[in-house]
Amino acid sequence: MPKIKLAESTVKIIKDVCARFNNSEGELINVLHTVQHKLGYLPAEVQEVIAKELNTSVAKVYGVVTFYSYFSMIPKGEFPISICMGTACYVRGAEQVLSEFKRQLKVEVGESTSDGKFSLNCLRCVGACGLAPVVMIGEKVFGRVAPTQVKQIIAEYREGCSSEKAKSA
Amino acid sequence: MTDYKIHVLICGGTGCKSADSDELKKSLKQWIDEVGLEDDVQVVLTGCFGFCEKGPIVKVLPDNTFYVSVTPSDAEEIVKEHLLKGRVVQRLLYRDPNTHQQISDSKGMDFYKKQMRIALRNCGFINPENIQEYISRDGYMALGKCLTELTPEDTIQEIKDSGLRGRGGGGFPTGLKWEITRKSEADQKYVVCNADEGDPGAFMDRSILEGDPHSVIEAMSICGYCIGASKGLVYIRAEYPLAIERLKIALDQAREYGLLGEDILGTGFDFDIDIRLGAGAFVCGEETALIHSMEGKRGEPTFKPPFPSVSGFLGKPTNVNNVETFANIPVIINKGASWFNKIGTENSKGTKVFALAGKINNVGLIEVPMGTTLREVIYDIGGGIKDGKEFKSVQTGGPSGGCLTKNFLDTPIDYDNLLKAGSMMGSGGMIVMDEDDCMVAIARFYLEFILEESCGKCSPCRIGNKRLFEILDKITSGKGEEKDIERLILLSNVIKDTSLCGLGQTSPNPVLSTILNFRDEYLAHVNEKKCPSGQCKSLLKYEIIEDLCTGCTLCFRNCPVGAITGERRQPHYIDQSLCIKCGVCYEKCKFNAIKLT
Repeated sequence: MPKIKLAESTVKIIKDVCARFNNSEGELINVLHTVQHKLGYLPAEVQEVIAKELNTSVAKVYGVVTFYSYFSMIPKGEFPISICMGTACYVRGAEQVLSEFKRQLKVEVGESTSDGKFSLNCLRCVGACGLAPVVMIGEKVFGRVAPTQVKQIIAEYREGCSSEKAKSA
Repeated sequence: MTDYKIHVLICGGTGCKSADSDELKKSLKQWIDEVGLEDDVQVVLTGCFGFCEKGPIVKVLPDNTFYVSVTPSDAEEIVKEHLLKGRVVQRLLYRDPNTHQQISDSKGMDFYKKQMRIALRNCGFINPENIQEYISRDGYMALGKCLTELTPEDTIQEIKDSGLRGRGGGGFPTGLKWEITRKSEADQKYVVCNADEGDPGAFMDRSILEGDPHSVIEAMSICGYCIGASKGLVYIRAEYPLAIERLKIALDQAREYGLLGEDILGTGFDFDIDIRLGAGAFVCGEETALIHSMEGKRGEPTFKPPFPSVSGFLGKPTNVNNVETFANIPVIINKGASWFNKIGTENSKGTKVFALAGKINNVGLIEVPMGTTLREVIYDIGGGIKDGKEFKSVQTGGPSGGCLTKNFLDTPIDYDNLLKAGSMMGSGGMIVMDEDDCMVAIARFYLEFILEESCGKCSPCRIGNKRLFEILDKITSGKGEEKDIERLILLSNVIKDTSLCGLGQTSPNPVLSTILNFRDEYLAHVNEKKCPSGQCKSLLKYEIIEDLCTGCTLCFRNCPVGAITGERRQPHYIDQSLCIKCGVCYEKCKFNAIKLT
């Protein structure tokens, strides 16, 4: 992976977050949550800064980042798509919905489209089992999604109208 | 509080919020202002009503009218007809699927009749963001009683007498756990609430925190008083933004009212609660892993003993209970152990919340007394199987549990009976499956989950489950042999016996229970290379029956890959080399002209 040079301002953001948590190693997960929230993802270079600030090893930070599924080392798309793969959604056909998204976007799970618009991920149960199968795009929840609707949902985001429409529930 | 004549309760649980209940609230308020009822009608966003299938739900008090599937555009009619003229909007009422009668009062619905709500007592009744509403329903009375009338020992005895067992899965007696932590000597102890609900298909903890956060805060304070801790921590999934938000609001309000912080109720008892965010790791539901995660480390479990009640968070005695367990505590203190232990079965007291989902008519959150049978839950409360299909199996206990057949439908649900049947209570996910679900594929699905979630620390779980998954994958893709079934059983037992923590020790349960109860399906896969439910794609072929095909072109138009060809009014054909086996044509065909072979 080519090295990214972090901007001064980015380094400052990271340092400020670490300072807010008293540069304490025990707050590593909180620091990672906050930094990811601000920067969108946690590339290796960011982890290096965090390790230094919290006075711990990069290996340890990397170990934690890769352990938890919530943390990501690659940037998410402009519209992150998450398919719920909880059991309730699975038995109501989430797998077919997922394969249709993969086919339409030509990406695998965990990847982003080349134009950076969409990224595809699975998640475990959003707790809206009554609407199964559920797909989340950003913060928006789509319920009772059928494979045949996938194309239309993607098209709507491509054309720039993101909310209001395409709600099947 | 202002004296409102009418209260309109809107469900603000995750399911209903996802279906636009916020927009609905706005719309209702607008119309209420428009007709000038703002001083008479209060609109409240509550916690989950449980009837998620037909959300968003709106309930009008005092007449208890229960509206289902309400959209923002229905607001005008509800306000003008019901609130203004007192005429119930018939078309929005719930219709009983069997009798086709409309039911206006939720108490008349089968879904609610057999339920008994203890942990969910306030969900759907109060505004979770208003502490006064919690207090008006006996909130913080139990804490007051403990601090002023009961010693910690008395309180622990009461919990022990109640027979309450941990609702997170293990079923360890709660009172005993508190007692052990109390007896551990240390300068600092901790109360931890496990809200890392990772079990896919379970959402009870989330609903309690979203609908009644104060009940958990109150119970944690009581626990702190009993074990001698001044600090509490809620470990909650970062994926639950709404629950986190409501919990934060509740914590602030409790501090403002002097119910958290220093010298609570003037008794000299200090207690405060912090929130720690999880970051998506199923294994963190295991208490030692959870504690490591709270310390900022990888959430890997460690060997027990020492138990957290002796050495937990930062090496100090720590009492870990799950959300639902805590939610029971205030009621037990208020109503007494002797009231609580009359509910349920001999060794499982009280109620249990289940997240009912899958192929069932009434998906939702339910709470029933222990000892209720699966049949009552699935058919009476759940309204039976979707689309009139045949019941095949019910999966309880999530990835650690098992799949039960119709032979177990009349088994009373409690900790011991479920274990005996080869499953477990778990946190309370209950997924119903019908004739279209392949049990081998379900076992594979759970193993895939375990593979992703195994922390990798011990080899039986890390490597063993991977091998289990590979064998299952082989079987579902038509390459299995009969010997594989015995291999699965042998390997499963080794993993169970040798894994470090509860995750590995229970991970083969879905495999073992499906082999035990559905061996014929495994045999069909390995011997005949057939999937009886038609779910394993590699074993399927979609074909058009020429004689039945009318050439309506519906399949042609819906096929996502253009694998279907044919002229209008002429039989169509499926090109097997292009077919991705998505099944759309099969679903769309109105003439049953597509067969699965």
